[in-house]
Amino acid sequence: MSVGSLSNMRSLVIEPGRAARHYWRDLWAYRELFVILAWRDVAVRYKQTVIGFAWAVVRPFLTMVVFTVVFGRLAKLPSEGGAPYPIMVFAGMLPWFLFSTILSEASGSLVGNANLVSKVYFPRLIIPASSAVVALVDFSVNLAILFGLMVWYGFCPSWRIALLPAFVALATLASLGPAFLITALNVKYRDFRYIIPFIVQFGLYVSPVGFSSAIVPGHWRFWYSLNPVVGIIDGFRWCILGGEVTLYAPGFTVSLGVVSFFLWLGIAYFRRTEKSFADLI
Amino acid sequence: MSDDVVIRAEGLAKKYAIRHQRERYTALRDVMARGARSLWRLAADMACGRAIVIGGTVEEFWALKDVSFEVKRGDVLGVIGRNGAGKSTLLKILSRITEPSAGRVTIKGRVASLLEIGTGFHPELTGRENIYLNGAILGMTRSEIRRKFDEIIAFAEIEKFLDTPVKRYSSGMYVRLAFAVAAHLEPEILVVDEVLAVGDAEFQKKCLGKLSEVAGEGRTVLFVSHNMGAVRALCKRALLLDSGKVIVEGPVGQVITSYLTQIGMDNFQGGGQIFWDSNSAPGCEETRVRGLRLMDDTGEVRAVYEPNEPIGVEIYYEVMQPLRGARLNLHVLTQEGDAAFSLTDHDARPQPESPGIYRSTCTIPGGLLNRRAYTLELSFDLPGTCVLIPRAPYLCFSISGAGNQGSTFPEDWPGVICPKVAFRVERIPDLPCS
Repeated sequence: MSVGSLSNMRSLVIEPGRAARHYWRDLWAYRELFVILAWRDVAVRYKQTVIGFAWAVVRPFLTMVVFTVVFGRLAKLPSEGGAPYPIMVFAGMLPWFLFSTILSEASGSLVGNANLVSKVYFPRLIIPASSAVVALVDFSVNLAILFGLMVWYGFCPSWRIALLPAFVALATLASLGPAFLITALNVKYRDFRYIIPFIVQFGLYVSPVGFSSAIVPGHWRFWYSLNPVVGIIDGFRWCILGGEVTLYAPGFTVSLGVVSFFLWLGIAYFRRTEKSFADLI
Repeated sequence: MSDDVVIRAEGLAKKYAIRHQRERYTALRDVMARGARSLWRLAADMACGRAIVIGGTVEEFWALKDVSFEVKRGDVLGVIGRNGAGKSTLLKILSRITEPSAGRVTIKGRVASLLEIGTGFHPELTGRENIYLNGAILGMTRSEIRRKFDEIIAFAEIEKFLDTPVKRYSSGMYVRLAFAVAAHLEPEILVVDEVLAVGDAEFQKKCLGKLSEVAGEGRTVLFVSHNMGAVRALCKRALLLDSGKVIVEGPVGQVITSYLTQIGMDNFQGGGQIFWDSNSAPGCEETRVRGLRLMDDTGEVRAVYEPNEPIGVEIYYEVMQPLRGARLNLHVLTQEGDAAFSLTDHDARPQPESPGIYRSTCTIPGGLLNRRAYTLELSFDLPGTCVLIPRAPYLCFSISGAGNQGSTFPEDWPGVICPKVAFRVERIPDLPCS
């Protein structure tokens, strides 16, 4: 951006409804900002906490213990494909925590960065997207715990674990759709700040985190899969637990459809309202 | 567009919806009926994605209307106007923060906007980290920041505290670091809004120096300020906005004069005083100015004074949140924008100030000012920390009548001030040195 580049600069036109035209190119041009905002969110996440990064370990670990005791020991629910119950729970918790962290981190992100939004231009999609990176960092910590559990129980995953990155990407996309939608809505209607904790709390019980979705009666299973998290969790279990675990194909397809729909809806709504964020925030 | 024009605005307009509170409800039946109606409207608005309005009616407000202008490469254009004239809205549109409602702008080259310094600074991060963060937010690349890193810390004078979280910085260090990053931006077009209103005089001078350096390098600068001295020093051309419209555009001296005449005209009619209700009063969260008036020693409010008359100044302000260490500054400027003198009531203030209405008074002695028109500017600040109410002109007054320059001859007498100085003339026998 030196003065020398004056000769080859392109002109920019600002007029109503114009912003949408070069959206994706703009998004790419601002990739460095995305990286640095993500880095900032990760860097300050555990500042001024006593146990710091350990929070990323403690929360999922304790949840896993409680679920194993309540669902596995007390309710005596079956595990999937012969895997130890804690590993089955953890394989479900990985995507669930990713989903809920992205949702809660992203929803408040625009309002939390109001000073940026009202003072500087950049594609606003960067803010909720970069806050999702924090969730991915927590996710990788959880993944390390899972491998620790596997060693502890002497559990050997099959070749399917190689597909894990694809499912992680899927889980991220599944979370980003609703996250974008709620982030944009939250700018205008702050009511959504109160809805998120509710969704997260409620979702933990209606999604097969503490139990296997195989225990859901057959004729309900298809409708159960309308919850996109169901398909994701099933996918994670299929690829982590290996063995006789089968993927319920119709349900997984429905979940994929719901995921794509929310992703489209989230991005479309976000982009439609984005230009008025600075006026509303 | 011709090769030389880098910014061209055509018919730019921006509309906001503002809401009015309706009158109080009287009967429960009305309350219920209106409640139901507004609930229905609320649901309809939400479904259509319109702005939600609770308990009132919406009115359209045009912050900008039909604004057209051109800026040539290397121009430094000043944008001036009263509070609410649409200056900030214009800058927000140019820097793409908000979209215009109508019209278009064509811009050649990269724009960096500096609507605030230290945007995005994170208190938990260190000075070093914040330089990278803030630089990226302002549109610099990593390699560019790395290249200028040493220059930035030298300018900010914070070498020792580079690895300290900025929340431990003094406010002076914070502002210096923030400006240092911004000052090392190298866009083709720089849009600056009132950033000079922060920091102490020394720092402001440094900023102004840096800005004129930037302008000297052939970059195009759009500069918004209430500080006529700074506008005059930096810009060659200026734009006067009022109620969202361009009133005058042209050489800076001419535009400043019409601006000062404009505020003068309005307030001369009020005859030396201006009062605001609590909604329109200039101010911030903590305090606001409620009124300002000039009076002679008999208490009569006037805008025109004899050269020998003392002028009583009364400033009324309201404190909403407890204040400590605040001060009010009074600047007396000539019609051309040069400072005649500045005063502050810092020493006389009660500390701390609890919420309430206050009056600050002083007297400009008679036999001091020359015969001409003056502008009174006010600002409120916490010295060295922050500006509460940025400096802006509010009132005009003039000195006319028989001169106190020691001559009854009616002529234009040079000088901003003309202090009453006693002369004695006598015939003496010889020169003292002979």
